[in-house]
Amino acid sequence: MTPLKPVGPGARVALGLAFFVLFFAAWALATFGGYVSPTFLADPATMLREGWNLLVQHGFLKDILITIWRVFGGFVLAAAIGIPLGMAMGAYKPVEAFFEPFISFSRYLPASAFIPLLILWAGTGEAQKLLVIFVGSFFQIVLMVAIAVGNTRRDLVEAAYTLGASDRAVVRRVLLPSAAPEIAEISRLVLGWAWTYVIVAELIGASSGIGHMIMDSQALLNTGQIIFGIVVIGVIGLISDYLFKALNRRLFPWSLA
Amino acid sequence: MSKVVIDGVSKTFGATRALERIDLSVEDNDFLCILGPSGCGKSTLLRVVAGLEVPSTGRVLLDGQAVTRPGPDRGMVFQSYTLFPWLSVRDNILFGTRSTQEKATRLIAQVGLRGFENHYPKQLSGGMQQRTALARALANDPKILLLDEPFGALDNQTRALMQELLLGIWEADRKTVLFVTHDIEEAIFMANRVAVMSARPGRLKSIVPIELQHPRHYTMKTTPEFSAYKARLTEDIRIEAMKTLELV
Repeated sequence: MTPLKPVGPGARVALGLAFFVLFFAAWALATFGGYVSPTFLADPATMLREGWNLLVQHGFLKDILITIWRVFGGFVLAAAIGIPLGMAMGAYKPVEAFFEPFISFSRYLPASAFIPLLILWAGTGEAQKLLVIFVGSFFQIVLMVAIAVGNTRRDLVEAAYTLGASDRAVVRRVLLPSAAPEIAEISRLVLGWAWTYVIVAELIGASSGIGHMIMDSQALLNTGQIIFGIVVIGVIGLISDYLFKALNRRLFPWSLA
Repeated sequence: MSKVVIDGVSKTFGATRALERIDLSVEDNDFLCILGPSGCGKSTLLRVVAGLEVPSTGRVLLDGQAVTRPGPDRGMVFQSYTLFPWLSVRDNILFGTRSTQEKATRLIAQVGLRGFENHYPKQLSGGMQQRTALARALANDPKILLLDEPFGALDNQTRALMQELLLGIWEADRKTVLFVTHDIEEAIFMANRVAVMSARPGRLKSIVPIELQHPRHYTMKTTPEFSAYKARLTEDIRIEAMKTLELV
């Protein structure tokens, strides 16, 4: 194979699907063939049947919607505060010097370790779930946005000054539009991480959501439901990622052309 | 009255002396080329005039006013492509604080970009990007146009056409121009005067008036007068280039 040679769109889809087919085939072989005990791993048919049961009998759709709501709620909260703060840090170096050391420290604090504390502070309600996602996303967003804004090409900034732009105009008309596609890309990435945090938050002290269902299913040794829950998360993640990418392409055609 | 006066300007970066006591003035309607080998500090000098660098000693006056920071009275075209990638050609030209729709429309026609107004910079060739950058600087109606090897990244044929375009604009509007280049032919073809700079630390070595008549045509590059200027400047620059490479 020639390195870095692009693959056609048809072949790309076919290859991508081929892996899914292989994966399911291997799974089916291991379970239907009796190589793995059903106690540890349900077969694909059981998984789909259990999933159907979950949806029609146990109101799993409601759990899915609650989890989606938590992810977006926590993420929007983190982005609404984190993006402006990151922009300010990227543009103004004293602001960066003030916040950066603390935020760099905070980003290494694992969000899951905060869960007991957050339960103590906010109970086991929705506020606590949102806070877990907020803690997990906020510091990452701030730092990455600050770097994106700070990496604005210096020659563009200089060009703007020679065209008569004021300091504030340089921030508004150069730094922000120049960093915008990267900020959108950061948001897409962090939204993906938020999905991990929400499940962790729902595994502990929750009475609804996909994570809560997975926890219940473990008590019943229902691996079919667990796997179905995980697959649902994957599918939702894939869809939201695709939508985010499509939105970015629409918003920033200049960065791709 | 001199438009721009460079008065005893030196610039050091740490231990490196980039410029040493440069005295130079640019007259109204002048087209002055600063010619020098790579790394002689000619771009630094232009950046000091633009207000993008603060001189270590000396000062730059524009119409008697000291330059302290960049401003719309000194339009600049950079060697690197500095169009704002998120703006169309027209919106780039409209970026300047003094630009107007009428000026943008006129300049788009003047630099031959009609039909490309709504293109993004990425969709343009290097030559078209620099034409847009030139129009963007001119749209602000600067007192002086500063050009830092604006055609340096272009291929030879495109560069020759760009020189004619810029010269045509100068002949029509008589803008005051300060043009930095290491290309001897380019300097002779465009300039009224060529200021030759020496190698590190950058000093002014000589000023050569170019007495070729306007309007200039590219065929002029093969005339004996042109060759005579070329021979003289080649000799001057060659010595400086050798000094930079520490061959003498």
